[in-house]
Amino acid sequence: MRSRGHFRKNVYPSPFHSRLEPLNKLKEWGRWHDYLSADTYICDSKEYFAVRNTCAVFDLTPMEKTRVTGPDAFAYLDRLLTRSVEKVKPGRVGYCVWCDDNGRLLDDGTLFHLHEGDYRLCSLHPQLDWMLTSAIGFDVDIRVETHEVAALAFQGPTSCAVLRKMGLDDIENLKPFGIKHYAFAGTELMVSRTGYSGDLGYELWIDPSAAEDLWDRLFEAGELHGIMPFGGNALDLVRIEAGLLLCGKDFLPADGTVRPERTRSPFELGLDWLVDLSKPCFNGRQALLEEKKNGSRYNFVKLDIDGNKPANDSFIMLQNKTTVGHVTSAMWSPSAKANIAFASLEAPYGQVGEEFLAEIYYQRELKWTRVLAPCRVIDHNFFEPPRRRMTPAPDF
Amino acid sequence: MKKYDAIVIGAGHNGLTNAAFLAKAGLSVLLLERNPYIGGATVSREIYPGFKYSNCSYVCSLLRPEIYRDLNLAKYGLQIVPYGGSVTLCENGDFFGNFTDADVARREMQRHSERDAVAAVRFDRDIMRQCKFIRPFLMRTPPDPTSFKPRDIRELIHYGKEYYKLGEEVIYDTIRFYTMSIAEYLDEYFESGVIKAAFAGSGIIGSALGVMSPGTSYVLLHHAMGEVDGSMGAWGFARGGMGAIADAMAAALVDLGGEIRTDAGVEQIIVRNGRAVGVALENGDEHYAQVIVSNLDPKRTFLKIMDEKDLDPSFVEKAKNFKIRGSSGKLNIALDGVPEFPALGKDNELIRGDMHFMDSIERLERAYDDWKNGTWSKDPYVDMLIPTLTDPTMTPEGKHFMSVFVQYVPPKVNGRDWTDADRDAFGQTVLDQIANYSPNFKDLILDVEIRTPREIEAEVGLTEGNIFQGELTMDQLLFNRPFPGYAQYRGPVKGMYMCGSATHPGGGVMAAPGANAAREILMDLKRPNSVPEGWVDD
Ligand SMILES: Cc1cc2nc3c(=O)[nH]c(=O)nc-3n(C[C@H](O)[C@H](O)[C@H](O)COP(=O)(O)OP(=O)(O)OC[C@H]3O[C@@H](n4cnc5c(N)ncnc54)[C@H](O)[C@@H]3O)c2cc1C
Repeated sequence: MRSRGHFRKNVYPSPFHSRLEPLNKLKEWGRWHDYLSADTYICDSKEYFAVRNTCAVFDLTPMEKTRVTGPDAFAYLDRLLTRSVEKVKPGRVGYCVWCDDNGRLLDDGTLFHLHEGDYRLCSLHPQLDWMLTSAIGFDVDIRVETHEVAALAFQGPTSCAVLRKMGLDDIENLKPFGIKHYAFAGTELMVSRTGYSGDLGYELWIDPSAAEDLWDRLFEAGELHGIMPFGGNALDLVRIEAGLLLCGKDFLPADGTVRPERTRSPFELGLDWLVDLSKPCFNGRQALLEEKKNGSRYNFVKLDIDGNKPANDSFIMLQNKTTVGHVTSAMWSPSAKANIAFASLEAPYGQVGEEFLAEIYYQRELKWTRVLAPCRVIDHNFFEPPRRRMTPAPDF
Repeated sequence: MKKYDAIVIGAGHNGLTNAAFLAKAGLSVLLLERNPYIGGATVSREIYPGFKYSNCSYVCSLLRPEIYRDLNLAKYGLQIVPYGGSVTLCENGDFFGNFTDADVARREMQRHSERDAVAAVRFDRDIMRQCKFIRPFLMRTPPDPTSFKPRDIRELIHYGKEYYKLGEEVIYDTIRFYTMSIAEYLDEYFESGVIKAAFAGSGIIGSALGVMSPGTSYVLLHHAMGEVDGSMGAWGFARGGMGAIADAMAAALVDLGGEIRTDAGVEQIIVRNGRAVGVALENGDEHYAQVIVSNLDPKRTFLKIMDEKDLDPSFVEKAKNFKIRGSSGKLNIALDGVPEFPALGKDNELIRGDMHFMDSIERLERAYDDWKNGTWSKDPYVDMLIPTLTDPTMTPEGKHFMSVFVQYVPPKVNGRDWTDADRDAFGQTVLDQIANYSPNFKDLILDVEIRTPREIEAEVGLTEGNIFQGELTMDQLLFNRPFPGYAQYRGPVKGMYMCGSATHPGGGVMAAPGANAAREILMDLKRPNSVPEGWVDD
């Protein structure tokens, strides 16, 4: 039972706060649901390059975490999620999305198969309402454990070396999307080879009481490996380079979207590979089957744009200046040395190789300039280093 | 004697708006008000020395920004200051606060139900969908679905198109929404009793229906479709009290060349050869004009100040059968300080918003049962605010004005007229209820103005004290408001028009009825339109 003053705690300090606070040189805190969360600790560029060059730590605690257990846990999740849950074996993690009955995305996330029949679903937004509605008829226990698990994303080429130095036995042999459990400070440390950076990296999960301990051990081990914290801004840069979507930016959660046509289906976000239509029954299947038959309204594309002006919020046009879509995420990629973006285009536009114009506005000392930058649809991620998938993981 | 282009009867905010747009179009306009003051139910008066009460309406959201801007009301001193949030104090000493910040709101809801805190996202979405559907029609004249006039057909097609644009799922929801009870509707989202009760309140305000009566979902929408500066569903205080709205409108009207006369009650609309030609005042004066507009509700307009012989009998029947049941009362209280609400603790911002005491759907329905039985609710629903915690202009420093809107209060007590003793007993019921939640409240009271439907009808001229000039049920909305076939502001005789809250889009301090009526009048007079179009919110 929460206390009456619960609402007054506008934001909780995270279990890592005592360690994050002195490192937040800019002293600027933002909010991520219930927690203080920094967009920048020192400098976006430094933090970005730490992820790409050495290693960096992002406080992931505010992520919504929902535990699913009980005899029907697998059957239930297979019904909730569009993908095959069968393939997420114990000790494995799967990227996933889930839809409402109209086949429109509610959120995306990662499903952790912690132990046989014991799952944790991580998502950006709370999902309890839909998860309980979907549980009708299933013998499952669904419990929000957001505040009971402290979590860090630990990403970058030297991350494996640091974890080894910390004494995590055999960590280099953990495969991408694998999970390992370690004894740590009298509790259990769970390590998954997952992340939102498209690089070699891990996520660390622990009881909040051991959070500070974990942080200290990690930074001790990482001292000579260039460890530093990174904030939301740098995270946004690395995930765009890695071709990963952000809920709220690249698509909207359908349960909160007022204009029904603004929601998106998995197909309209290029997530066909996450939809297993051969499953006999899952939320949104009927609508998705129909969409498969009749065609989607939108195509989601990755764009390579000429020039060096980031195409944030740009319209995407045909050569004759007809608008056919808009950019949802954009950046200059320091690692790919490319001007990159995600965009949502009206179908059938968006085939690989197709050329468009991006209408970009930029400002230099209060003077605004408009450019129509040629751009083309590409089919690969902007940045995908081999170390991301290598097992055993390299030292840097 | 001077002949006017138009005479508007009643200086409620709709009469004022109507007169202002007519004057803006270049008409000579005379606005006649029975009371010594203007504003109707949009009024602030100093009844207790040094204190201004918002005697009837007390908060603002519906006022159309197009009108606010077009009549330059800011120039005439009007300022609407948003307040956020509301709180329900529970019988068990707990509370449920509803906050404007999404994260804070979620955290407080989680305390009552982890699931409801998430379902609220879906609830807000669905209410917002209905708002977006209805809002574009506020500044439009409803089409007559039986007419073949090109304009009606065009409008009907427009309605139809907007409706189909909603998409399949929302179309189904809309039909259900307009016919459901608020209790049933909330059951589709929430499990917590207090959360449901907190949202259900705006489904009954101003209507003689219970939370379990069909049609109350729409009443909730009527309270959610307004805005303050583009923030949909937000409510605010008019700085200086709600009368500031009427005062600003009056100043605009006078600047536009209009003439306002108070203490000028109209006794009769003069009809000659089937055409309204003028008015006879209670003091014996007569005034003539090309156009006569009534800001009064249909019962007063057609059964009191028009001669029934000038009207078709079936029309008189319609007026007689118009549903305008009184269900609300109000206490305006002068306070010597800020009452304490121990449940909230010290320095709780929730005291600045709406305060309620109904913590379950069942209690709300029981309150309605009392009304059906012919008495005021023994455990009433109140919507209570202390505007002076936000507005420094209404009371002396350190003193406060508390506005307590109350349901249910019947138009008659056990079938007989209200007596002063009834009124005082009703007031005592409300004061006792508040004191249950605030031990020092009674000690702070300096003055109480108690208003039952009897007082509201006598002072404002709202029949049965119905705050919306007629109930907001489907049979009396859109092209049925006030009556089928008469929803386009034109009265039953030529040259006669209606502009009050009894016309589309209905009650509340909205000013849309007055503006829409002006547009129709100008069209009939073949004058250029001075009424702004509704702003599109896509
Ligand atoms: C207690 C109460 C609380 C309310 N709270 C709110 C609120 O918080 N927010 C909100 O938006 N709405 C609220 N409302 C509703 C809102 O105030 C009304 O719907 C709206 O003010 C009505 O405006 P109107 O111009 O249509 O009519 P009225 O305000 O009723 O104006 C009619 C005018 O005609 C005059 N009149 C009557 N007979 C004659 C005659 N024979 N000759 C000349 N003049 C005459 C009357 O004196 C009056 O001035 C409330 C109403 C009441 C009663």
